Amino acid sequence: MNEWKVICKVEDIPVLGARRVQRARGVEVAVFRNAEDKVFALLDQCPHKRGPLSQGLVFGETVVCPLHNWHIGLVDGCAQAPDVGCTIRFAVRVANGDVALDAHELNTLAIDQSVVLS
Amino acid sequence: MSQKLKLVMVGNGMAGVRTLEELIKLTPDLYDITVFGSEPHPNYNRILLSPVLAGEQTLDEIILNPLEWYSDNHITLYTSCTVTEVDRVKRVVHATNSAGDVKSAPYDRLILATGSNPFMLPVPGLKLEGVLAYRDIADTQAMIDASNTYKNAVVIGGGLLGLEAANGLMKRGMNVTVVHLGEWLMERQLDRVAGGLLQRSLEERGMQFRMQAHTQELLADQHGRVASVLFKDGSHVPAELVIMAVGIRPNTALAEKMHLHCERGIVVSDTLQTVTDPRVYAVGECAAHRGIAYGLVAPLFEQGKVLANHLAEFGIGRYTGSFTSTKLKVTGIDLFSAGDFMGGGDASTEEIVLSDPHEGVYKKLVIRNDQLVGACLYGDTVDGSWYFKLLRDGRNVADIREKLMFGESNIGDVGHEGHSKAASMPDDAEVCGCNGVKKGSICKAIKDKGLFTLDEVRKHTKASASCGSCTGLVEQILMYTAGGDYSATPKKKAICACAEQSHQEVRDAIRDNKLLTNDAVFEFLNWKKPNPSSKATGCATCRPAINYYRMSSWPKEAFDDPQSRLINERSHANIQKDGTYSVIPRMWGGETTADELRRIADVVDKYKIPTVKVTGGQRIDLLGVKKEDLVNVWKDIGMPSGHAYAKALRTVKTCVGSEWCRMGTQDSTQMGKDLERAMWRMYAPHKVKFAVSGCPRNCAEAGIKDVGIIGVESGWEMYIAGNGGIKTEVAQFFVKVKTSEEVMEYTGAFMQLYREEGWYLERTVHYVNRVGMAYVKKKILDDDAGRKALWARLQFTLEGEPDPWFEFDKAKVDTRQFEAISLEGHTP
Repeated sequence: MNEWKVICKVEDIPVLGARRVQRARGVEVAVFRNAEDKVFALLDQCPHKRGPLSQGLVFGETVVCPLHNWHIGLVDGCAQAPDVGCTIRFAVRVANGDVALDAHELNTLAIDQSVVLS
Repeated sequence: MSQKLKLVMVGNGMAGVRTLEELIKLTPDLYDITVFGSEPHPNYNRILLSPVLAGEQTLDEIILNPLEWYSDNHITLYTSCTVTEVDRVKRVVHATNSAGDVKSAPYDRLILATGSNPFMLPVPGLKLEGVLAYRDIADTQAMIDASNTYKNAVVIGGGLLGLEAANGLMKRGMNVTVVHLGEWLMERQLDRVAGGLLQRSLEERGMQFRMQAHTQELLADQHGRVASVLFKDGSHVPAELVIMAVGIRPNTALAEKMHLHCERGIVVSDTLQTVTDPRVYAVGECAAHRGIAYGLVAPLFEQGKVLANHLAEFGIGRYTGSFTSTKLKVTGIDLFSAGDFMGGGDASTEEIVLSDPHEGVYKKLVIRNDQLVGACLYGDTVDGSWYFKLLRDGRNVADIREKLMFGESNIGDVGHEGHSKAASMPDDAEVCGCNGVKKGSICKAIKDKGLFTLDEVRKHTKASASCGSCTGLVEQILMYTAGGDYSATPKKKAICACAEQSHQEVRDAIRDNKLLTNDAVFEFLNWKKPNPSSKATGCATCRPAINYYRMSSWPKEAFDDPQSRLINERSHANIQKDGTYSVIPRMWGGETTADELRRIADVVDKYKIPTVKVTGGQRIDLLGVKKEDLVNVWKDIGMPSGHAYAKALRTVKTCVGSEWCRMGTQDSTQMGKDLERAMWRMYAPHKVKFAVSGCPRNCAEAGIKDVGIIGVESGWEMYIAGNGGIKTEVAQFFVKVKTSEEVMEYTGAFMQLYREEGWYLERTVHYVNRVGMAYVKKKILDDDAGRKALWARLQFTLEGEPDPWFEFDKAKVDTRQFEAISLEGHTP
């Protein structure tokens, strides 16, 4: 059973934009909102060189990494061919305008990775 | 029973299958597709038959679509199955396979992609064993087999195909003679001199030639195999293998039988429909579009794209013809030609020629009415793509005429060790200095993945995908690896994959129709939607461009859309590789004070900023600022935004000038500060940099800036369109003025012209090169009222523009971006 953790309202996310969700441990989670008000959540880290996807430009169901222009699918978290690689997806539930993430995933997925400040 | 429409394709070659690929991308489920191919193979890369013949690649390697591709996409494929008849009334195709069985398939739409046939000289002996055309895998295999047994080969035809065949057979160890009717080789692509150079170079490799030779008859040995070629003058050459490569003809036999209008090919409209029957399309070498049947792959792919678009019922694509250029696929020979390379003709045609026989370099440019109309290059072809672009764009070259011959030299500047000849570069030489891509890996990707366009090479290898300075070199490698059939064809370049329109067309539409919002632009120009039911949102390429075009065309009426800006302009700081940002405050004219420096120092300590760097633009860069600290860093520093992150006016570099310098003739520092205060906050198609020097010693390096001002005793000299980046471009002298007010007015007018007409991401140097210096002078120097109006429009635009570091609401800075949502109280 999923335990949903409400993190914000849909309106708190800019249309065709993103917000970052800080967790107790691990890399932040990026939540995206597209033109049709669909909400997606991915680990805020490009599979290429760990660029913060939350800072990318959103169109359709794609976000473009701000560092090297990789196109990452919002639905599957995977890079568009010919680039290869996927970032971690997080389940999202939207109910009554509330955006919720799965508490278990927030607590367990990619918590040992940290943002590299090189 | 399926309710889908039935699509049948006759022919299983490159143009046709590419069309299906494009169609499946657009609409995978609209059609039930059936393909008939008379060869036993799935679609393969015909262009690479030459490397196969030369032993550089194997047949398996040149398959483009393996059989699984057809089954994965639910395409019914009949190989070795030749279509014999099409009933256009009942809409059924009848075909016969190699076993003699008849297959029939009904259609709603029919594509004819029957390609072309080799033309065979009607000479006695044509039917002898050992006499072949050079067209398909079977021919190539027969040639390879023959080279294992026999010694002497004759290739009839000294064109592109013939020379590639001859080269391949020679590599297979045969003794090869090329028989050519013309006075020189490849006379359809080369002039006499270049043809001669080519012949000499091939002779050095051991190829033999019989020029202006009329073939009379092919003579047989006692077993009925060809033994020699007899010429009209009575001489003969021994040959156990004869290859006919004198040309190809569109294969229209089936179309004629169907009573479709044919004239040097199956006549098609701009949507690739046959003029006789709109249900029937023709694409590829068999189609005649506006009187031309193309034989090169790039135009055929363009046709395929338009045809797929039409079949998908999108209805926006039109094929309007292609320019073509030529490249020979013989290892180690660089050769390029395009347009009217012969020149001569009438008195209005001029030629510029450079000939260096010792280095094996020959270049001829043909100019008519101040336009480049043709080019023929031998030995050094690195500027081929640049000449091709000039030719295609029809740009007036009067102002660059004296430099034309020496090329754009846009490559060989930085990052690739000065290499300029693709063919002679070793495989381990670095081509793309940004992404560390070597020539060998580019060649490998082109061959293995079947790449045909610069965009594809960029996507797969990243070469030329960053700064672009090696683009010419990559195009050369592409031409040379993918062969004679590569050409950079589109007459206009679409802004991105979302649309058909070019940058200019989008600009014009926004201005002419007062399109104030992104949505209005998307709707008016029929922008591509992610799927039919959803809304067009553009992409990372077009949205920033459209946002800029709207704002620059309709100041105070069209407003910024922050989500159409890439990260740096959205967060008003420069993102770094680790996700932190850099902050560069504005220092007017490069001057600062103790107070400012103290505040900067305090901020560095307070926010633990790891690196402080003095920039090349006389400012201070704070690197490694966390996103959540940006707002406070700006506030504590208390200096205006330096716009170092934006397509906007960046720095105005100055020297100390007459206030201090014993050489100074003018107060350059004050001039620089005045310019900067007048024009900061100015968004532009790309970044803009100024410099002001107080004397001709030019310590502020004004010669490589978008606008460079140099003070002299009697006034100010103004230079424009310089650039110190990827390729150093020296600014060109524009005008000399007397007063600082004039400096301001002329600079502002030039900036506004560029802002109104430049394409997004086009630097001033590229803008001026595109429209011509003469045009810019006409607009600004010759037209006093026009100049003043431009300057007034810029002032109107900048009036009341906010500083994005302080006026968040007015500058539409979404401050939510600076704070993360916290899961407070949430413990693992």
